[in-house]
Amino acid sequence: MKIDITHIAKLANLPLTDEEKTLYSGQLSSILDYIARLNELNTTEIEETSQVTGLTNVLRDDKALPSLSQEDATSGSQSDKGQFKVKGIFDNE
Amino acid sequence: MNNLTIVEARKKLDNKEVSSLELTQYFLGEIKKKNDHLNAFITISEKEALSMAEQADEKLKNGDSTPLLGIPLALKDIYMTKGVRTTAASKVLESYIPQYDGTAVMLLKKAGAVILGKTNLDAWAHGSSGENSDFGPTKNPYNTEYVPGGSSSGSPVAVASEMALAASGTDTGGSIRLPASFCNVVGLKPTYGRVSRYGVIAMASSLDSIGHFTKTVEDNALYLQVTAGKYTMDATSPPIDVPNYTQNLSQGVKGLKIGVPKEYFIDGLDPRIKNMIDKTLKWYEDQGAEIIEISLPHTSYAIEVYYIIQTAEVSSNLARYDGIRFGNTRASFGPEAKRRIMLGTYVLSAGYYDAFYKKAMQVRTLLKNDFEEAFKKVDVMITPASPTLPWKLGEKTSDPLSMYLSDILTVHANLVGIPGLSVPIGFLEGLPVGMQILGPHFSEEKLYQVGYAFEQSHPFWKERPKNE
Repeated sequence: MKIDITHIAKLANLPLTDEEKTLYSGQLSSILDYIARLNELNTTEIEETSQVTGLTNVLRDDKALPSLSQEDATSGSQSDKGQFKVKGIFDNE
Repeated sequence: MNNLTIVEARKKLDNKEVSSLELTQYFLGEIKKKNDHLNAFITISEKEALSMAEQADEKLKNGDSTPLLGIPLALKDIYMTKGVRTTAASKVLESYIPQYDGTAVMLLKKAGAVILGKTNLDAWAHGSSGENSDFGPTKNPYNTEYVPGGSSSGSPVAVASEMALAASGTDTGGSIRLPASFCNVVGLKPTYGRVSRYGVIAMASSLDSIGHFTKTVEDNALYLQVTAGKYTMDATSPPIDVPNYTQNLSQGVKGLKIGVPKEYFIDGLDPRIKNMIDKTLKWYEDQGAEIIEISLPHTSYAIEVYYIIQTAEVSSNLARYDGIRFGNTRASFGPEAKRRIMLGTYVLSAGYYDAFYKKAMQVRTLLKNDFEEAFKKVDVMITPASPTLPWKLGEKTSDPLSMYLSDILTVHANLVGIPGLSVPIGFLEGLPVGMQILGPHFSEEKLYQVGYAFEQSHPFWKERPKNE
């Protein structure tokens, strides 16, 4: 199976070296060839299963609950005055 | 102190033969002696552990006695612990300090357990051997040239080598049951949702199960009693009552219907392991259980379904690590995480979603139907936990597909959400072998009864490693 590895890396927001691209191209192809075996099964009438214990529409009261403080929420970042620092998004305009 | 169980430690604590502080100091000492060699712990939280032990001793003095009060435990380093570094064994989180405790951690603390530290794992729980850790591989204490199994690699080693009385793990495709069988300990993968996933770093959200390792089945039941239940922060934890897991432990297996799924006895199964399973089944038959051959016709597709659903959910869950709010940048992901992110992104991408992801979700329904049919005929099933013995460190690291296939007997339970218990059944070439007991959703109590019966007359857990 042929994979456009640069396109997938872009979708995944994953910086890959050329070496990695070659490596994963080969490995992913062989894994995908293996899992394509599922096509042996006819599943046209079969429902999908995404929740195995059968719970549906789990809701809670629409009530504000205690949460992290601003200081805690930003404690793991290179924060500035309790705010997250991100690259400017309008720099190119 | 040698080879203590939680049950025995409980008695000693209640009779004031030993204090929680002494117990904690003993285990911290064992960790310091053995960890350089075995690499089971990423972080040892000595200061916090000693303070928790002192608090437990205060409660013990006041006459409190709950099952885990004062009991020293270890946590897989994927459980969020407030104020104590949590790495998921990845360079991305090498200096990450959580701001809150996961629900399971909160419950263990509330029960008075002492947390000794955070154990090693395959980074992000991606792996079957422990070798994908960015903090170096953990060694199997029964033979340090061999892998302990993974992805929960440090936790079973900590229990087997007397570095903790019990330890937590997570099981997304076998990450508790496989290493438990490789390290001669009891490991439970509970029913999906039985233990809240909140505050445990997510791998594949529809498959992740929050379980643990102990020396004995009874210890395992005591631990689950603390962590199981419905907690609102995990919407998939169901409103189903938690039974008393130890109440009927010694009920025996007379009249019990044990299914043996023929598809689990695959070509790659080591014939000596098959022989040990046969002997185990014979023993159950002699105790009055009925052994029934059953069929789960779609079994051979489980690993394919698993590697589509799991990688898709991994790629989605790991998308949050952007290096902005916490942690390092995405360039810090190791090779296995990158491989899974790429594969998962591919199977979810436009044009391939129907062919892979949707198809896998449909086959998942067929797998679920197989089990529902089978559990109309039997109460539980017994299978090997692993098709092979532990392998040598480095043996499978260059071939991801062969590593993936080591989960072939365990991924099935995650895809259909049922519980599985791994219990030691002996040794081959000095390396441990385990059986896997499977049951319907929320049948943990039954699994414990079945495991306990065997363990009482086959106490393999007493054979501790010699060359740790």
